[in-house]
Amino acid sequence: MSIWETILIGSAVVAALKFVGFLLPASVSGSPRVQRISDVVTIGLLASLVVIQTLAVGNALVVDARIVAVVVAAVLLWRRVPFIIVILVAAGVAALLRFTGLLG
Amino acid sequence: MPADRRAAVSMSVGVAAAVALYGISFGALAVASGLDVWQAQVLSLFMFSGGSQFALIGLIAAGAPGLTSILVAGLLGVRNGLYSLRTAPLVGKGFFRRLLAGQLTIDESTAVALAQPTLAASRVGFWVTGVGIYIGWNSMTFVGAILGDALGDVSAFGLDAAAAAAFMGLLWPRLTARDPIVIAVVAAVVTAIAIPFAPTGVPVLLAALVAFVFAAVKERSAR
Repeated sequence: MSIWETILIGSAVVAALKFVGFLLPASVSGSPRVQRISDVVTIGLLASLVVIQTLAVGNALVVDARIVAVVVAAVLLWRRVPFIIVILVAAGVAALLRFTGLLG
Repeated sequence: MPADRRAAVSMSVGVAAAVALYGISFGALAVASGLDVWQAQVLSLFMFSGGSQFALIGLIAAGAPGLTSILVAGLLGVRNGLYSLRTAPLVGKGFFRRLLAGQLTIDESTAVALAQPTLAASRVGFWVTGVGIYIGWNSMTFVGAILGDALGDVSAFGLDAAAAAAFMGLLWPRLTARDPIVIAVVAAVVTAIAIPFAPTGVPVLLAALVAFVFAAVKERSAR
């Protein structure tokens, strides 16, 4: 599948999902059970993506500047620092570690 | 303007400004992942959901098959469908109005709408946040993509770490009780174990499957 195909089909799928609430009767998709299961799956996906973005390089697990940045981000989130500042600090920490040659 | 609606506008503008800034990192990372400027822009215009967009470009960069990337982005988009159940009654009638409202139904517009004390303020919060983020996110995606193109190696600027931190930022507010924390840790461990063995993209799907089984068992035992 080409990058364009992946982008266009992926966009169509994600955009179509946003209209579920406009099309389905609330009794089907609005059931508390469906909501709870979806919440849990979202948590599983996000936790998995954190690990992939932090540790994976292809099929290898690699410890580099990313993990330090993510730990710093977690501490800032715990301290209720605004989202945008957390992102900027995380990028800055990784950039600094690489610039100084401490971690790749 | 009454105080409730004024407060909604002010919250909306703050949220939209923050999310827009973060669009720069999406644009730059998308280009670093092998997309061109237009492909990055199409994602922000039509997919318009940060978590799904970052997941898709991350998987494309890692060389995952297209179908796997689409599946993961789609699974992350399911929650928008659930949000639309809450926002549909707010947006009013009319085909085009509802079409636009559907596309604007994301984490932030829903959260701001539901945080308002009155129906009128919820409406204002939804539309101002949604439209504000749509314009900001798309223009900053463009800026980021152009910058990324010019900068070359975005990891020197820590943008790969910014993406990891962004997923952490999306996850964090959901870790409000024991069960969510347990499932997050289990999903993380499953992913780390699977990365060296499973084809690219499959570890995320495995983690989603484990989370789904956890939730289904929980539902059964609750009855």
